[in-house]
Parts: sequence; C-alpha cells; structure tokens
Amino acid sequence: MTTEDLLGKILQVVMGLVVFAAIVGLLIFFIDKAPKKGRDYWQLAGFLLPALILVAIGLVWPAIRTTFLAFQDNSGAWSMDNFVWMFTQPAAIRTLINTVVWVLLVPTFATVVGLAYAIFIDKSRGERYFKALVFMPMAISFVGAGIIWRFVYEYRSGDREQIGILNAIVVAFGGEPVQWLQTDPINTILLIVVMIWIQTGFAMVVLSAAIKGIPTEQIEAAQLDGTNAWQRFRNVTVPGIRGSIVVVLTTISIATLKVFDIVRTMTAGNFNTSVVANEMYTQAFRASEVGRGSALALILFVMVLPIIVYNIRILRQQREIR
Amino acid sequence: MSTTGTSSVLPPDRGTEEELERGLEREESKPARVKKRLTSRTATIAALIIAVLWTIPTFGLFLSSFRPAELIRTTGWWTIFQNPGFTLENYQDVLLSPSVSSPQLGAYFVNSIAIAIPATIFPLVFASMAAYAFAWIKFRGVHVLFILVFALQIVPLQMALVPLLQFFSTYLRPMQAWLHDVVPIIPEQNYLPVWIAHTIFALPLAIFLLHNFIAEIPSDVIEAARVDGASHGQIFFRIVLPLAMPAIASFAIFQFLWVWNDLLVALIFSGGTQDVAPLTQRLAELTGSRGQDWQRLTAAAFVSLVVPLIVFFSLQRYFVRGLLAGSTKG
Repeated sequence: MTTEDLLGKILQVVMGLVVFAAIVGLLIFFIDKAPKKGRDYWQLAGFLLPALILVAIGLVWPAIRTTFLAFQDNSGAWSMDNFVWMFTQPAAIRTLINTVVWVLLVPTFATVVGLAYAIFIDKSRGERYFKALVFMPMAISFVGAGIIWRFVYEYRSGDREQIGILNAIVVAFGGEPVQWLQTDPINTILLIVVMIWIQTGFAMVVLSAAIKGIPTEQIEAAQLDGTNAWQRFRNVTVPGIRGSIVVVLTTISIATLKVFDIVRTMTAGNFNTSVVANEMYTQAFRASEVGRGSALALILFVMVLPIIVYNIRILRQQREIR
Repeated sequence: MSTTGTSSVLPPDRGTEEELERGLEREESKPARVKKRLTSRTATIAALIIAVLWTIPTFGLFLSSFRPAELIRTTGWWTIFQNPGFTLENYQDVLLSPSVSSPQLGAYFVNSIAIAIPATIFPLVFASMAAYAFAWIKFRGVHVLFILVFALQIVPLQMALVPLLQFFSTYLRPMQAWLHDVVPIIPEQNYLPVWIAHTIFALPLAIFLLHNFIAEIPSDVIEAARVDGASHGQIFFRIVLPLAMPAIASFAIFQFLWVWNDLLVALIFSGGTQDVAPLTQRLAELTGSRGQDWQRLTAAAFVSLVVPLIVFFSLQRYFVRGLLAGSTKG
C-alpha cells in the first residue's frame, strides 16, 4: 500500500462522512422549514424516507425479484428446473441434508453445554473470567474461527510430526492420522463443532442471566424439601428459564441456517460439506447459476421464516410477563 | 435490602466470610451461601474442563503466531518447551512486507476500518430518525408501516444479494466512475457499494431496536419541548438523540463488530481488490490459496482478531447487550 493509496482511502471516508452529514443536515433543515401546508406530511417524510427508500431498494425489491428468479431458467423463461435440480441432484440433496444436520446439532449442543456451564459457574469464584473465556469466540469473526479450527484439524502425512492437536491426540493413542476436513462424513461434524464452539458462549450468557433471575426463595424452599441438586435443576431451574431456553434454541437455529463463512473458509463446500447458504453463494456468484442460487435463497427464507416468527412470539410473551 | 438484616443476625458461614473479605457487597451474601451448598467440586472441575477445551484452539493459534516458520511446520505448539523459539517476523511479514506474494494485510486493515466506521454511522443515523418518526410523529398508517419494516428482519441477506448487485452495477457503477474522474486519487473500485449494502441490511433491526428505546422516552419530556415551540428537528437532536445514547451505543458496537467480522457482504460488493476488500475477505482468500503457510495464517488471523477482542474486553457489558439484542441479524 502506497501513501497515495492510504490518502485516497482516508479521503474517501472523510468525503463519505461529510457528504452524509450534509445530506442529513439539509434534510433536517427542510424538515424544520417545511411549508405550513401539509407540514406534518413533510416532516414525516423527511424522517422516514431515507430509511424507507434504502430498505425498498435493498431488501423489498430484491426479495421479490429473487423469488421470481428462482422460477426462471438462465434464459429467463419460466421453469421449475432450479427446484428439480435441488431435489434430485445428489450433490444438491446432500447440501439440504447437511443443513438439516447442522440445524439439529448446533442449537442442541450449544444450548446443553452453555446451560451446563452456566450452572457450573453460577456464583462461583471468578465467574466473570469463566464467562469471558467461553464467550470470547462470539466476538471474533467466523473466518478467524475457521482458521483457528483448521489449525486444530491440520493433517501431516506419513511419519512427520503432527502439528494439528486433534491428529496429535489420535497419534498419541496409537491411531493413524486422519485428513479430517477431506473425510466425509466426519468433516461436516467437525465444521459443526466450530459453530457449537462459537454459539455456546451466546447460550451461556443468556441462560446465566436467566438463572440469576430465579428467586432464591424457590431454590431454598426446594432445598428445605430435601431435594438433591439434580431434582432442583429439573424442577426449579429449568421451568424457571424455559422461555430463555426457547429463545436461545431458536436464535442459534436461525444463525446456523444462515451459516456461510465457516464452510467457505474451511472447505469451501468441497468434500460434501456444503450447506444451503454456502451453495447459494457458489451457484449464484461462482457458477453463474443465478436461478439455482435464487432458489436456494428462497429455500433458506422458507426454512428461517417459521423459526423467526416463533422466536418473535416468544420474545413478546416474555416481555409481557416482565 | 432485607437480606442485609438477616445476615447480620445469623453468623456468616466461611464461604460468605471469604466473599466479604474480597470486598463483595453484603447483599450478595445470602445467594452466596445458597450457592456454596449448590456448587460441588465436580461442577467446578467440569467447568474448568469446558473452559480449557474452549480456550485451547485459540491459544494454540496465538502461541504459534509467535513461533518461527520452521518450527510451526515441523512441531506442535504444545511442544514449545522442548522446541523453544520466539519471533515477531510473522507479524512483520503479514503486515509490512511489500513483496507481492505476502499477505500485505496493512492495506486490508485500513479497508476494514474504512468500511466499518461509516457502515456503523450511516444506518444508525437513518435508523434513529426513522425510529423517532415511528414513535413520536402521530400519523395514520404509521403503525402498519412500522410492522412492515420490522417484518423485513425475516428476509435473509441471501435473498437480497443478486438483485442488489445488479442494481449497483447499473446505477452505482457510473457514479463511482464519475467520482474517479473528478478525484483521481479515489479508485474506481471504492467503498460506496459496501457502505450502502451494510447500511441497508442494518436498517430493519436498528429501527426496531431504537424504536423500542425511543418510544419509552416519557411523553411529558417531548410534549414540554413541543409546547416551548421546539421543532421536530430540534427535539430529535437536543432531546431524543442524547436520551437514546445507551441504546445507540449498544447497537453501534454490535453493528461495528458485525461489519468488521462480515465476509459475505464483502465478497459480493467489494470486488476483492486491495482497494476495498476487508481483512476477512483477504483471510478467506489466504486460507484458500496458502492454506499451508501457517506462519502467515496464524499471524494474519490474529491481526483480524485484535480489534474485536479489544472491543470485547474493554466494552464487555455494552458488547453483551448489543449482541443479545442483535443476535438474529443476517
């Protein structure tokens, strides 16, 4: 990078911010100086239109167009080819199956481990540090996480010393090193591990907060009744945080359905590891199969839709209770 | 608090005494006593195991990033005591080396910053304006409109990518070319499409969250200002924005990290050159083309992780709040 490049970049950002500030300033100026007649209309428009126009151009219209594109072939004629492809070609079916496996395993394991961890460390010494350690993966990019785990799964052929810790453990127990990311179907599971690693922190933080919301009296009462820790967990803690558990499960499910970066960085969808979001990118932007990509995006939407609606309903109920 | 009274009557148990010695507030002493009976040794050990398992991958990569290339290639990082070696060369190489074959992350680092800052400010300003209008400018049909914007959260990014890219290449590209002609120092490939894309994708969630907060501002405050003759613009800048700052800050952190960590939007809208592409895109590229150059990958990964980790450790509370609020985005 030359100094000139750097200057150009700084200039771009400064210009971008200045132009933006000017637009907003003008907008507010006209809002306040709006003609008396129909003043409310003008003011409403001034506040709302920037966001509404952007959303209309960037989300509403594209979503409609993608839906149409899904039902067209490459020449633009109406057809169901894209969906026929998706549900008959082995590679495409595998993509769908993988996505289902992801969405079954990630939320379950992340929530179970997150909940267990939240309970283990609840009010323990150094709880904050315990939390930070498991929550940290949430802060870093999926790409970074992908590299971290590729290093864990690294494979060295022959008698060379293993530098990936997973193969080192296998060898230490007398096994043969495995090309983890190239071996189907274990590779999908190993990619799922990465997502679980990231999402557990999310589950843990939310559930930990929920656990702290359970009244101490309830737990003490259960103790006086002579229950053991497991019974208290089953009959007091879990019912007390049911709502939060559902929110965590659904939220992680949504994130998992849309997972792209992990697969892209670690295997690029090769070796039968592709998922819908990754395949959408590959088809639409690498293979120029816009119709197939659109069909996959539509499928993604159809899969995410019920979960989000359910998630929002639960969140609303929770808010009403509070 | 009533608990304080109880605990001063009852003799505190040893656990509580320890807690008190470490300066914890007294009202925590009662739950603390309950906890002492709840947490067993096994639980602590299990927690430790999970914590270690969760940290090892990152730690291994971090340690390796400071080891000489030769050692990374031939020995595991856990043998560092048998094979000691420390170097900053990896970081020097990925950040500063001018050679064409090296990652040259400096330029991409600048790009990440140059993308993330405007892509955080733009949506926040537009969203808070819209949120104010939805909450405080009474109008027929506004509620329906708000629900529609809110409902847009269910549209996955993937649904918007192809048409938006087509739209950009028809309408935005000529503008970028014109900008390049007027100010030659700005390359034809510039940040504009990435900024706009991130702004659009952030809006539905930002409007929703900020609306929740702005609508909670007591109506007395707004009414009083209105009676005093303040215009909507004044109310927005002088009253609503300052009061909504906590919510704005939380969302700003979330959005900044989201943009910083994003790969998909960058892949599609940045064009992939050194002029625009952010760190994540470069990293993904490196793992594809140089997946075995671990001395570079380890250091490069940490260059990209540094900013999120600083944000995470310094602003943890806001970070958690923002993350919880925005976790369904994308």
